Amino acid sequence: MAGPGGDMQWCFSQVKGAIDDDVAEADIISTVEFNHTGELLATGDKGGRVVIFQQEIENKSQPQFRSEYNVYSTFQSHEPEFDYLKSLEIEEKINKIRWLPQKNAAQFLLSTNDKTIKLWKISERDKRPEGYNLKEEDGRYKDPNTITSLRVPVLIPMDLMVEASPRRVFANAHTYHINSISVNSDEETYLSADDLRINLWNLEITDRSFNIVDIKPANMEELTEVITAAEFHPHQCNTFVYSSSKGTIRLCDMRASALCDKHSKLFEEPEDPSNRSFFSEIISSISDVKFSHNGRYMMTRDYLSVKIWDLNMENRPVETHQVHEYLRSKLCSLYENDCIFDKFECCWNGNDSVVMTGSYNNFFRMFDRGQRRDVTLEASRENSKPMQVLKPRKVCAGGKRKKDEISVDSLDFNKKILHTAWHPQDNIIAVATTNNLYIFQDKVN
Amino acid sequence: MSGDNEDTQTAEDTSVDEKEVQEKVISPEKVEEAKLKSRYPNLGNKPGGSDLLRKRLQKGQKYFDSGDYNMAKAKIKNKQLPTAAPEKTEITGDHIPTPQDLPQRKPSLVASKLAG
Repeated sequence: MAGPGGDMQWCFSQVKGAIDDDVAEADIISTVEFNHTGELLATGDKGGRVVIFQQEIENKSQPQFRSEYNVYSTFQSHEPEFDYLKSLEIEEKINKIRWLPQKNAAQFLLSTNDKTIKLWKISERDKRPEGYNLKEEDGRYKDPNTITSLRVPVLIPMDLMVEASPRRVFANAHTYHINSISVNSDEETYLSADDLRINLWNLEITDRSFNIVDIKPANMEELTEVITAAEFHPHQCNTFVYSSSKGTIRLCDMRASALCDKHSKLFEEPEDPSNRSFFSEIISSISDVKFSHNGRYMMTRDYLSVKIWDLNMENRPVETHQVHEYLRSKLCSLYENDCIFDKFECCWNGNDSVVMTGSYNNFFRMFDRGQRRDVTLEASRENSKPMQVLKPRKVCAGGKRKKDEISVDSLDFNKKILHTAWHPQDNIIAVATTNNLYIFQDKVN
Repeated sequence: MSGDNEDTQTAEDTSVDEKEVQEKVISPEKVEEAKLKSRYPNLGNKPGGSDLLRKRLQKGQKYFDSGDYNMAKAKIKNKQLPTAAPEKTEITGDHIPTPQDLPQRKPSLVASKLAG
């Protein structure tokens, strides 16, 4: 985390969302994603809505203040449905948003709930036509007999209007609940993964998709693991990985066969069988997998740790970072209140030198791989004065609690940071608490 | 339990009281496991297996049969309608779901507060 001036210091920049403690379920943030330039930041929530923020052009006269993110567009992406045939309620919660690389003036993103993926086009309109021959300005049609001459309509400037329209709806391809979508580097295809299957789509074609992974056993009684996340390699269009609830990651090559049930590589850390407990498998379940930007590593998040794997080494991770090891002695109560099943995500910074993930009590953790240092920070309204530097937090696992430390028993397990995102180039991060979005940036030296 | 000692014991430790060494190597996880098993003695032996996974796959399942519901309503006109079971299990049993159990899912008409 050391910049040219030394240590990086994170400062509060902005917070979005309601202040009141009474959180409506629809306002629970379920996904956060920067686009490929970092100019746009999208959030999805449990109510099926997407809000996109845009970074304003930097204020050149005041270089110490980085630009702000303001609302650019908001729309209802998914709506609640009821499958009457299966007696199944389909939530409108947005599970994932993934941006497509920009090809023209418009922006495109994929958003998905449990069952349906949608491709949204977000376009700007800053001109409108004026001077039609057959229509009045308010849209009423003129009597053609009153027209004596012809004119060419002109485009005149208008206030910027940002429109979101659904361009494709990719439906009916998943029996189970979609947990991941990932756009291929070929920019033509993408994958969608549910608990038992992974499908490959062409962005242009909605009535057909190819099944590339199927781990459903013939007899469901024999089910031992489910798919928890999947992602395409950032550069190799034939390669993707998927993680499982048993803590394994499989790398597949689509050139090998049409159905990639047989993996090319299996990443698994051997477990000491004497350490095995009732909780072992549950806490080993991988909740997120992310390739590094350079494509040489991948990061996985399980309940207590973040692991970094070298794609060339399958038998163990090259780094393991403890997120909140102090929770190991609280697993019983975390199982009882279901927190043990919380799915935390993780992310890389632009040059793959730092990784970040969330924790409880609105804490989030950063691990500097090169400096071998880590820090715990907090997203809270108390630390939200403009450009206020975030003070590192410390959790006291046991014994004597020092001043400024917080004891494990005082942690608020309802305040979870599951979703975080890092700007692809700059040191700007977006951290989602239950219903608020915090934006932090490093203090420019 | 005696198997746990083999990994951590060195030559110098052989003279140490075996009980003391045992207490050192009991992992916090195993302590938590014992706690859980004492609270729920019927907890299955395959924790990561079928039960948990199947529960996960069945998320969202709701049962509502308007015929059953109207019959039940007619039979117990003078009694209170059954209250919703707190836990949704695979077995529908005697409980007849009521429309209250299946709230009308309407899309959010309100804009997100993030955009406010």
